[in-house]
Amino acid sequence: MAGLNKVVSSYEEALKGLSNDMTIMVGGFGLCGIPEGLINQMVNMGVKGLTAISNNAGVDDFGLGLLLKHHQIATMIASYVGENATFEQQMLSGELNVILTPQGTLAEKIRAGGAGIPAFFTATGYGTPIADGKETREIKGRHYVLEESLSADFALVRAWKADTMGNLVFRKTAANFNPMMATAGKITVVEAEFIVEPGELDPDHIHTPGIYVNRVIQGSFEKRIEQRTVKAAK
Amino acid sequence: MALSREQLAQRVAKELKDGYYVNLGIGIPTLVANYIPSGMEVMLQSENGLLGMGEFPTEDTIDPDLINAGKQTVTAVKGASFFSSAESFAMIRGGHVDLTVLGAFEVDVNGSIASWMIPGKLIKGMGGAMDLVAGAENIIVTMMHADKYGNSKLLSVCELPLTGYGCIKRVVTDLAFIEIKDGAFHLLERAPGVSVDEIVSKTAGKLIMPEHVPEMTF
Repeated sequence: MAGLNKVVSSYEEALKGLSNDMTIMVGGFGLCGIPEGLINQMVNMGVKGLTAISNNAGVDDFGLGLLLKHHQIATMIASYVGENATFEQQMLSGELNVILTPQGTLAEKIRAGGAGIPAFFTATGYGTPIADGKETREIKGRHYVLEESLSADFALVRAWKADTMGNLVFRKTAANFNPMMATAGKITVVEAEFIVEPGELDPDHIHTPGIYVNRVIQGSFEKRIEQRTVKAAK
Repeated sequence: MALSREQLAQRVAKELKDGYYVNLGIGIPTLVANYIPSGMEVMLQSENGLLGMGEFPTEDTIDPDLINAGKQTVTAVKGASFFSSAESFAMIRGGHVDLTVLGAFEVDVNGSIASWMIPGKLIKGMGGAMDLVAGAENIIVTMMHADKYGNSKLLSVCELPLTGYGCIKRVVTDLAFIEIKDGAFHLLERAPGVSVDEIVSKTAGKLIMPEHVPEMTF
């Protein structure tokens, strides 16, 4: 690594310093837009006791499900975890601590974490079990819940294109949680489908400026589809 | 006759207006997309980061990077846009979505809704439902009026843990179109062939009705 060139050549290097009991953010919505190679590398490293922040928990044999299968996650912060039998088992047995968070609140907690905002008021969850034990306030006649922001030791992000300086472009709905997470990691690691030279991305079209990004690795992706739905060809 | 799922969706679709941005939840709400009146322009928002959701792809246009909030592969219509989850919920929380349609286990006379958690059963999570009900001004809940044992799901006070407090104003069930205001259910329409008596017997919360309750039209 030299200057602003953030490209690393191995997954070992990409996740160097990631250790037991750390908090990690992992981009993706279901299996769409997940950093597949970085997840696999955490399995290979065998890190344990992780607090994982991700909208979902993958499926049994793919995505974050792989970390669950190897009992590497102690706490999971997510909005919906319905697709994973391993998850259910570990949650019911008490092995896994689960903090369910409304999806929009989760996204905003991460955005706020990256933007230096320690907490914010939202109407989401007022009067529900989510608000239990949290400060509430009435502002202009409406009730709000105080939600604290989230940040992580490592944010693992999947991008479509990255330049070597870490400027990022996401593709379609594979963006999802990735752009906010890129801002909220002490160390942000990007697994990209394509790495290009600086200047090749139009500065007007960059979704995430490189200032947020520490490492970039060339990935290769299976892109497994969770719910394959098609209409008949005409 | 109680409405079928398709008829229920059809009735909800009559509430669409030209130029609306609409978020449709999973289940019956999704079917509403099949009944958008022809000539009407409506943009569907999917909270995973898509405004302008189109129909399912064909085998040769399928794209793993393009899914809806139900994780199904979809397409994007002309004029669509993609964005992050934070941006998506800014639209929702900020009240920019014109109409939200979602399902529920229970609603009550104060407009509270329970739709995500049944104690004793496995909890899968609320996804975006709490944000949607808290953020939208205009929400229609689609649900069955009663469970399979005939127990009402329209209650004085929701018994299940809430998704949102005091946020629902309209409900379309398989039996009736109901407005919630002033701490009561107001019967606006009944499903064709369904008697007012049946609706009364299956509504646990306070129900107010006019002398004549019109039948739904589609």
